[in-house]
Amino acid sequence: MLEKSKLLEMYRRMLTIRFFEEKVFELYGQNLVPGTIHLYAGQEAVAVGVCANLRQEDYITSTHRGHGHCIAKGARLDKTMAEILGRKTGYCKGKGGSMHIADFSIGMLGATAVVGAGIPIATGAGLSVKLRGTDQVVACFFGDGASNQGTFHEGVNLAAVWGLPVVFVCENNLYAMGTKQSRVMLVDNIADRAVAYGIPGVVVDGNDVLAVYEATREAVARARRGEGSTLLECKTYRLKGHSRFDPAAYRPKEEVDEWLKKDAIALFQTKLLERGILTEAETKRILQDVKNDVDNATKFALGSPFPEPDEALEDVYASEERETQK
Amino acid sequence: MREVTIRDALREALREEMQRDKSVFLLGEDIGRYWGGAFGVTKGLAEEFGDERVRDTPISENAIIGAGVGAAITGMRPVAEIMFGDLTALAVDQICNQAAKIRYMFGGQVSVPLVIRTPFGAGVNIASHHSQSLEAWFMHTPGLLVAVPSTPYDAKGLLKTAIRGSNPVFFVEHKLLYPVKSLIPDEEYTVPFGVADVKREGKDVTIVATLFMVHKALSAAEQLSKEGISAEVVDPRTLSPLDIKGIAKSVRKTGRLVVVSEDCRTAGVSAEIAAVVAEEALDYLDAPVKRVAEPDTPIPFSPSMEKFVIPDEKNIIQAVKSVVSKG
Repeated sequence: MLEKSKLLEMYRRMLTIRFFEEKVFELYGQNLVPGTIHLYAGQEAVAVGVCANLRQEDYITSTHRGHGHCIAKGARLDKTMAEILGRKTGYCKGKGGSMHIADFSIGMLGATAVVGAGIPIATGAGLSVKLRGTDQVVACFFGDGASNQGTFHEGVNLAAVWGLPVVFVCENNLYAMGTKQSRVMLVDNIADRAVAYGIPGVVVDGNDVLAVYEATREAVARARRGEGSTLLECKTYRLKGHSRFDPAAYRPKEEVDEWLKKDAIALFQTKLLERGILTEAETKRILQDVKNDVDNATKFALGSPFPEPDEALEDVYASEERETQK
Repeated sequence: MREVTIRDALREALREEMQRDKSVFLLGEDIGRYWGGAFGVTKGLAEEFGDERVRDTPISENAIIGAGVGAAITGMRPVAEIMFGDLTALAVDQICNQAAKIRYMFGGQVSVPLVIRTPFGAGVNIASHHSQSLEAWFMHTPGLLVAVPSTPYDAKGLLKTAIRGSNPVFFVEHKLLYPVKSLIPDEEYTVPFGVADVKREGKDVTIVATLFMVHKALSAAEQLSKEGISAEVVDPRTLSPLDIKGIAKSVRKTGRLVVVSEDCRTAGVSAEIAAVVAEEALDYLDAPVKRVAEPDTPIPFSPSMEKFVIPDEKNIIQAVKSVVSKG
């Protein structure tokens, strides 16, 4: 059984992600978020259950639906929000936005918006770990849609054959944009594909943070022992549509209702209350704390300047090897 | 000084950098013990440095580059080999969307010290999927540096610079140049990026050429000299950065420009160089710029047709004479 402090921290992180995403949605409605957004709300148990097993020096790779991964790995809310709002004070100085947040100081190797492209990159980070001889591990997040990309086959196979310390975490939220899984693959479980690479494939309830934690614990332990990669499939569901105001009309109401009953945060909260780890009073206090954290991050972001236009010319190349001119 | 082939010069650069820096390692298809690379560049390195640092990969070009990217952003200096340049098409996402953009997208938090070596070029009858010259694709991609060495000296010096630098480098080799020999110094040296080299001095016309075309341009210049035409041959050595000043300086001196490149004509290397000269030195030109490039076709198989599409000395001489006769 996990320690109380660890459980409460996991609960707090999940709530933070939910509140953060609700705030992003609200700001989007006020026209304060340029471009598009892909919200992580609903899938919190995956990022938090996985990252709760990681150390600061461990790596993760992320996707277009990546805000939750950042927060779970320990990224700062203020710099994350500022990046989503296109501000100079954001993690990437406004060059990346919602789909490209990275924090190399905590091993968050960045979000790629090309579906599946992070998979071979995670493999490469695992290779780096092996060559440097450390016991770091890599958690590679991707969706059900990405598992139909060639990069999935190439990247997972390479990590498998080289015995690299990578946990491939497939967040199966049932839909690749609006296309249901059953229309684009004949297997029910993406984890079954692990057989093709000779590594363990594990299916877990992605809305049960403790189940995700346990499954990841085993995969991370294998990786740290130098026994190679695991494919972990977390079955979950996003609360909102694919992006922006996608009403997700392709999802039947009964299906949505069914999943709403299995809301990851509500489930975990009930469990913690039942076990006496959390009291109603503490719940209230944590909710207020998290709300304050998100509000402060939002205040910071909204108070931050946009980048100067010509900062667009910076950071293309390292050092003076080549300058960028208009 | 000693005489080496480009193949040997490249291998020396890899060996010296692997000795110098433990974070340098190689990955690619059949680069290890048995083949030492399809063109033999890495021969002997697996024996010397072990299979961990000279890694044979599955036939997975996108994962080769992707793994290189992942390793490069976590403290290593990978040198990835793609067996034939045409096959870089399989990895364009990792090269152009990931390696090239990661530093920028993430606000300069990280560099991607990845070198991608691959051979381009036609002339050995291996048809459309093993012969093309695609350097313009990568020259057109912000975030990448592109090296195009034509001599053993430049190949070794540029590869060492590429490996030591912080940017992703697309390092072009020409498959017909591997056996080409010349003298290189015994002592260590590097060649900087962005500095063109005048391979032959002249005063009547500037021929800018890259890779194998440098050798054809030199041979054309030799023949032209017998007819009293003095051609200067300038080799940019890197396409990104491109030594605009160096090229313009030569054009200001000669007043005429012929650009020779093996990639196809439309939106190619020669087009960019002609455009740059138009911006920098148009007033100095006494004749229109002439391009010698491949026609806009894939590379055909049959030797008669392949020979026809690859620019040769005759094409260069003809182009030079056409600009020299004007103005």
